[in-house]
Amino acid sequence: MTTMTLVEAVRTTLLDEMGRDERVIVLGEDVGVKGGVFGATAGLHQAFGDARVIDSPLAESGIVGVAIGAALAGLRPVAEIQFVDFIPPAMDQLISEAAKMRYRSQGVWSCPLVVRAPCGGGVHVHGALYHSQSLEAIFAHVPGLKVVIPSTPADAKGLLLAAIRDPDPVLYFEHKALYRALSGEVPTGDQVVPIGQAAVVREGRDATCLTYGATVHEAVAAADRVAADGFEVEVVDLRTIRPLDRAQIVASANRTGKVLVAHEANLIGGVGAEVAAIVAEECFEQLDAPVLRIGGPAMPAIPFAESLAAVYCLGPDRIEAALRKLAAY
Amino acid sequence: MALTESAPPDARGLDRATLIGMYRAMVLGRLLDERVMVLNRQGLAPFVTSCQGHEATQVGAAAALRAGADWILPYYRDLALTLAIGMRPVDHLFAALGRAPDPSSGARQMPGHFSSRPLRIVTTGSSVATQVLHAVGIALAIRSRQETDVVLTTCGEGGTSEGDFHEALNWAAIHRLPVLFLVENNHYAISVPQSRQMAIARVAERAAGYGMPGVTVDGGDVLAVHRVVGEAAERARTGAGPTLIEALCVRLQSHSSDDDQRRYRDPADLLDVRQHDPLDRFRTELEAAGLLDGSAADAIRSACRDEVDLAQAEAEAAPVPDPATALAHVYGEGGS
Repeated sequence: MTTMTLVEAVRTTLLDEMGRDERVIVLGEDVGVKGGVFGATAGLHQAFGDARVIDSPLAESGIVGVAIGAALAGLRPVAEIQFVDFIPPAMDQLISEAAKMRYRSQGVWSCPLVVRAPCGGGVHVHGALYHSQSLEAIFAHVPGLKVVIPSTPADAKGLLLAAIRDPDPVLYFEHKALYRALSGEVPTGDQVVPIGQAAVVREGRDATCLTYGATVHEAVAAADRVAADGFEVEVVDLRTIRPLDRAQIVASANRTGKVLVAHEANLIGGVGAEVAAIVAEECFEQLDAPVLRIGGPAMPAIPFAESLAAVYCLGPDRIEAALRKLAAY
Repeated sequence: MALTESAPPDARGLDRATLIGMYRAMVLGRLLDERVMVLNRQGLAPFVTSCQGHEATQVGAAAALRAGADWILPYYRDLALTLAIGMRPVDHLFAALGRAPDPSSGARQMPGHFSSRPLRIVTTGSSVATQVLHAVGIALAIRSRQETDVVLTTCGEGGTSEGDFHEALNWAAIHRLPVLFLVENNHYAISVPQSRQMAIARVAERAAGYGMPGVTVDGGDVLAVHRVVGEAAERARTGAGPTLIEALCVRLQSHSSDDDQRRYRDPADLLDVRQHDPLDRFRTELEAAGLLDGSAADAIRSACRDEVDLAQAEAEAAPVPDPATALAHVYGEGGS
């Protein structure tokens, strides 16, 4: 075990995996000598050189499209999109190409590709409209893609290992607020966190909070508050957004009978809608309360001014309020 | 470039068998294309994008490459190209009729989305010019493994308006990657003429802006295309980087079986392109050079027709895809 930040877990995992597998390459804007705008690729260029750590032109479709080609030809590219907010130019490559490569060739071709991108915002990030979004629901809708979002340094490592070794395209989103805000123990060695497995991060018998990303930590804080009043909330970190861990979602919902789904991304059409639908379909007879959802309001993204940003963000207070609403049933 | 006494075939390093083989590949492409059009009119082949008028460009390019070693990322009009690289007529007819043995996609995609892993013909989607970026990524992998294969990718002149086309050429030029960008310029993107696609007369002029050679070649001249593509491939193999090749073609048929170009093209223009049929031209040149006569040409045509007939019978007898397989291959095995 080593204690490190989430961004350091990403960086050291890339370093280890590039050392282990010469097919792994890294490409993106500023990923080379600078080591990425958040330092997630620091030291890779010095270790592996121009051929495997490639500073791309400022062209997001190009980054993903070239990575797809490299994957088709047998490499294991890890592409970085500097902020998830800048992934839309690459949507055609991701949705029309990467996601369909295997299906449209009956498995003859495949696209083992990882696209890493920092996501999310919050009142202390000041990313504003174009450096703060959470776009995972868009990708989770697309068959052929996988989507993971770690909330701890250990999961950052384990999920990145799984993503790089996966035979299909994986979107790996890193919440900026978590990069350096928390340190955690990271196991040494080959500790893969399988894609598609949620984790119970706080046990409780009275309600379930299904969440992921930075919101996991806010949910745990909110759960601790309501626990003072004897209401014990189980917090489940989904970790993978597609494929969802249906079994874990259903088991926890059946156990507690009260479910809150919480995420930073916009609420409408979000991951929470899918999770709530699973609970409604599978756990109806065990439920003691309506399934609640909280998420980003119907505004485009998180504004720059703190006063406006606070309107967007959930924070422990809103999660606590939702949990108390569940407790009242 | 005409075949004349001053430029005999052997001056281009091609022997008679190779030249006749190229002519045969063009005829086979034409006859197969015509057959699929007939099947469309009979209501049996739901959708066709014709290669007619592009055969010289496609066969010339294929003949200049190492089939099965060099990578091909084609676009939907490349029937004759993919045939010349090694796909069989029956492969295309399986696709045209939506039959399970279609090697490109098992009839999951529309026809014209060619793929053959053994031939290194890479699966493409329908979004225009996305494959041009994949070609650059494949070239990057070739470079990283220090291999000498090259990548040919094609699109129409309309495809050059896409952002991916720009991003691909820029990237390939920066890293001097072994890619040949072949633009089959037939002057129409469905109904939109080249003058509404770009403000320049020649697509190849764009190459200068990327820092790579740009060549415009008469795409009706199979030997000229062969030479230009061969030279570009040699440059790419020896580390000298990518080339943008613009082949000027004619589009003898409408964009697709769902289009009618008489609605937007001048009748005189449509008559004129008929005068530039690359098959007639190559046949005339071969005859003038004493390499082909009428009966030999007829024999080639007859043999190709027989080949298409047999392929059609085989494709018509093939099963449609089993609905039980519809959910297969969304994700692979071995992931966590």
